[in-house]
Amino acid sequence: MSPILAIVFLPLIAAIVGGFSNKSFGTAFPKIVTTGALLIACALSWPIFIGFLNGTSEATVVPVLHWLTSGTMSFAWELRVDALTAVMLVVVTSVSALVHIYSWGYMSEDPDQPRFFAYLSLFTFAMLMLVTANNLVQMFFGWEGVGLASYLLIGFWFRKPSAQAAAIKAFVVNRVGDLGFMLGIFGTFLVFGTVSIPEILAAAPNMAGSTIGFLGARFDTMTVLCLLLFVGAMGKSAQLGLHTWLPDAMEGPTPVSALIHAATMVTAGVFMVCRMSPMFEMSPVAMGVVTFVGAATCFFAATVGTTQTDIKRVIAYSTCSQLGYMFFAAGVGAYGAAMFHLFTHAFFKALLFLGAGSVIHAMHHEQDMRFYGGLRKHIPVTFWTMMAGTLAITGVGIPGIFGFDAIGFAGFHSKDAIIEASWAAGVPSAFWVGVFVALLTSFYSWRVVFLTFYGKPRWAGSEHIQHAVHDAHGHGHDSPDTHGHGSEHANAPAQEDSGHHAPSATHALHDHAPEGTAGYHPHESPIVMLIPLLVLTIGAIAAGFVFHGFFIEPEAGERFWKGSLFFNEHLMHAMHEVPMGVKLSATIAMLLGLGISWYTYVVKPGLATATAEHIRPLYTFLLNKWYFDELYNFLFVRPAFAIGRLLWKAGDENTIDRFGPNGLANVVRVGSIGAVKLQSGYLYTYAFIMLIGLTAALTWVIAG
Amino acid sequence: MSGFPILSVMLAVPAVAAIACLFAGDKGARWIALAATFVDLALGILLWSDFQMGAGAPQWQFVEHVPLFDMGTAQFAWALGIDGYALMLIVLSVFLMPICIGASWEAIQKRVPEYMSAFLLTEVLMIGTFAAQDLFLFYIFFEGGLIPMFLIIGIWGGQNRIYASYKFFLYTLLGSLLMLVAMIAMVLMTGTTSIPALMAYDFPPQMQTWLWLAFFASFAVKMPMWPVHTWLPDAHVQAPTAGSVILAGVLLKLGGYGFLRFSLPMFPEASAQLMWLVFALSCVAVVYTSLVALVQSDMKKLIAYSSVAHMAIVTMGLFAFNPQGIEGAMMVMLGHGLVSGALFLCVGVIYDRLHTREISRYGGLAINMPRYAVLFLLFTMASVGLPGTSNFVGEFLGLAGVYRVSTITALIGTTGIILGAAYMLYLFRRVVWGDLTRDDVKAMPDLSLREIALLVPIAAAVLWMGVYPESFLAPMRADTARLVARLERAAPAGDSKPTPGHPAAAPAHGEAHGAAPAHGGAH
Repeated sequence: MSPILAIVFLPLIAAIVGGFSNKSFGTAFPKIVTTGALLIACALSWPIFIGFLNGTSEATVVPVLHWLTSGTMSFAWELRVDALTAVMLVVVTSVSALVHIYSWGYMSEDPDQPRFFAYLSLFTFAMLMLVTANNLVQMFFGWEGVGLASYLLIGFWFRKPSAQAAAIKAFVVNRVGDLGFMLGIFGTFLVFGTVSIPEILAAAPNMAGSTIGFLGARFDTMTVLCLLLFVGAMGKSAQLGLHTWLPDAMEGPTPVSALIHAATMVTAGVFMVCRMSPMFEMSPVAMGVVTFVGAATCFFAATVGTTQTDIKRVIAYSTCSQLGYMFFAAGVGAYGAAMFHLFTHAFFKALLFLGAGSVIHAMHHEQDMRFYGGLRKHIPVTFWTMMAGTLAITGVGIPGIFGFDAIGFAGFHSKDAIIEASWAAGVPSAFWVGVFVALLTSFYSWRVVFLTFYGKPRWAGSEHIQHAVHDAHGHGHDSPDTHGHGSEHANAPAQEDSGHHAPSATHALHDHAPEGTAGYHPHESPIVMLIPLLVLTIGAIAAGFVFHGFFIEPEAGERFWKGSLFFNEHLMHAMHEVPMGVKLSATIAMLLGLGISWYTYVVKPGLATATAEHIRPLYTFLLNKWYFDELYNFLFVRPAFAIGRLLWKAGDENTIDRFGPNGLANVVRVGSIGAVKLQSGYLYTYAFIMLIGLTAALTWVIAG
Repeated sequence: MSGFPILSVMLAVPAVAAIACLFAGDKGARWIALAATFVDLALGILLWSDFQMGAGAPQWQFVEHVPLFDMGTAQFAWALGIDGYALMLIVLSVFLMPICIGASWEAIQKRVPEYMSAFLLTEVLMIGTFAAQDLFLFYIFFEGGLIPMFLIIGIWGGQNRIYASYKFFLYTLLGSLLMLVAMIAMVLMTGTTSIPALMAYDFPPQMQTWLWLAFFASFAVKMPMWPVHTWLPDAHVQAPTAGSVILAGVLLKLGGYGFLRFSLPMFPEASAQLMWLVFALSCVAVVYTSLVALVQSDMKKLIAYSSVAHMAIVTMGLFAFNPQGIEGAMMVMLGHGLVSGALFLCVGVIYDRLHTREISRYGGLAINMPRYAVLFLLFTMASVGLPGTSNFVGEFLGLAGVYRVSTITALIGTTGIILGAAYMLYLFRRVVWGDLTRDDVKAMPDLSLREIALLVPIAAAVLWMGVYPESFLAPMRADTARLVARLERAAPAGDSKPTPGHPAAAPAHGEAHGAAPAHGGAH
């Protein structure tokens, strides 16, 4: 049996067994089953990846079951393993296994742990189906499967209205993207007569100059298909316009944010574009759109990230922004660099989220950074691992100048590769956006570190901390998490509570809440939570310099990818020969961002508030996330309900029914036959008319 | 099996049981009905397993032909026989029937023998409709099928049942009369009442249009298509649970079956000519009824409106003139039959406990009814067409077929997946999520064994159809091929018409990337 079967289906089996296990088994059984399955899947995935690294593995397709045949359309359930899949396999199974382990600690207070672990494993299964897909429909299966798991996990604490709303929003906004994906599949089938990815990619290079009719006009065929598919990618990867669900998805438990909304699911769009890269290569227009949307998202999300005060939301916007980097890398043709950033980002972003979870855990579910401060000494392991994550995301490293090889943290290698590739590909606009966003990234990432771990404690203002201190009188301060947030949350222990500080401009301007510890003692997280942090720290430090050769070096990359994505060797060469100023630009931007952040939040703590006051309109604009939610609410949500009500009342009841059946009834009533008589006699009338009609018909036919 | 008249037996078993029920007590009637529906289910499975597929298999199988009386040149006959489409719809009907009886086991307490009898009669007429090969025999079954449904709504329905059945009646009557006139005209012209013969007859195009419109009047009401859909929400709301299940599960499929059996093969030119009408009404239906579903406060009404939207995908797919569209439409019919049936059962489960369909009265059921929550979630996801469930296969194929003839129709049809997710998840949120605040809701017990036994088989079928739809598509393949071949002469070209591209200059990478700024031109 091929190991890929075990990798993909063990999580499914574990999800079913764990999810439906009898409550009397206790919570340990489902946890062991799911975590065990993921550890096995992870252990089986790395050898596959290593096989591709040292060039001994070949792309394979393992058939599972025929799916369906309809006319000329035919596809099967099958598992494809090539270099691109192998990268995703290690990312998905490793992060998922670590998140499973982490959740043993993080979710230990929750009564619904079996459900939580079953959802996590179900998600992993769907994600693995997505990355091993050999046809577009199976990819769509995985695509929707991860969407389902995401919906269930965002809504895991289903008692909370904010979580319910966020879950629905995530699913519905993703469906907007799926509309594009589905139409893309339909169009692809129409043009190529198949939904098999290898067959499509083999035929794509012959499509230059082809045109197609779409919605009444004619366009370049590959542009239409690629853009439709890309709409799907935009939804799943939260790109500008369809990004609104991602920040709200932080309603889910933090391990979920780390796994789904940072490391794996949201990168599915990038994966899809890379998987279909030979198609995108055929459409310069589509590539331009991908670059533009990526760069715009990258910029937008980073600007918003600078003002948010909820630690998870900052990291969520950071994810959105980093996904933008990946897309514009793909858009300029540097798919290797896009996948490389996807790979490193998975480790350091999962690390940052799990680190944030550890902080939230220590701070008794307080997520607002305004009530943090000075945590460095209290939770040192969390601090140092978060530090590694921040060094990785901001791209700290020594550029490869003066003949030395470049060396640095993970993000340094991958992000600099993207910025250099955009210059080398001749897209200076994307280059400048990339550099400027590197500055913003550095600023907001360090802001998180400084607000959380440096300065004086500002815990006293937090309701959560006050609850904790209050509760601690009863049962000792060793276990501040034991009893939720007090009486009003008695049924829902250990729930996170983002969004209860609605970002109002006036409130948020006080970047500094009153100082004081309120007598609270934060505790470092248990060992099961720290182990995943430490493992991911290794990834955040080393994933860049260990693997950059395989992902982006011209010759090594060609050997590694083996055609599983469109590897532009010339671009990769050119990328290494960009001027020194270009190579240094990202590092300079990073240092600037660090400097500004340090000065604003550590040296002169009052400066942030003063500056925000100074540029108040801009600050408010950013704090409210460019007003996308308000705009969509105004444009789509409220009209949908209003029009629905109108169609129902004015359409169905007052027009169709009034002039239809009710109108007829009135006519009948006016004709003095009497509605009552009609209503009681309807059945007999009907049967009578039917029989009379039939008899008449037969008579007529016989006579004729 | 050659000599055994299995179709007649499938009609006779529930017919005899229906009469027997009238002479039994409440308990006896329940058991007789259950036994009879199980016998028919077993016969249905036998039918499916004996159905021949592949090359050389006859189009019409299990054929029975007993001439009843001559009508000039034509001959009215007891003519039965099925193809793959009819087979799948019969299997759907016999599968849902025992579930309906089970759903009525405790909910129906008054006039039980009559109720069971009405249900069994419905089963007879449904199977008869799908199996009939004689035009007038079809007409009797097709129209007669509504009589027990009137009774079920009118006697065992809710408070406003008279209005609902009156509306149902009025709509149906108009369409059925026009259809009858058309049938007479067809018989007079061709001299035969044999449906297979009529399916091969080429009517003059001018006449096709009139005949098509007359049939359309009947089928559009049965579907129901916008704007003749308003009887459906009322009928569902007033019908008892099992009545809704059979209404949504099977009776709504009669219209689609009619298009497939009559409109398309008998009037190909008219179908092509009036395709725009079907597409336009379907597009309106998808958006219109989905938005209306969004604002419903009554659970049954919400699901009823969603049915109209789903049926619009069926009509679109049928008139796509290609295998994906037609088979997709059939799969939507089968999938929707299961899923909407299951959703009405889910409504029935909580209606039986709280006696209200008001969505806002519920909330937090995930806490005290976890088993219910899991199954309701599965059917909700199937209803929104999640891949891996039955409805995805149908919607995907159907819309893929539609895309080949009209991209704009496909686009509008596909918006149904967004709106569908919105109203179904909003429903799920209000019923299952949230906190348990009301005492009466808190006191609701989780699913009983009987209820689990009703829902789990449907859940299994929904997943089976999603993961391995081949079992369901294979019997229909040859019929689709025949139908598409017959339609070919009228099939529209579609609006995509892709032109061929230039073959690539060089096979591997490294072409066209002479200079580093390979994509410079694009930006």
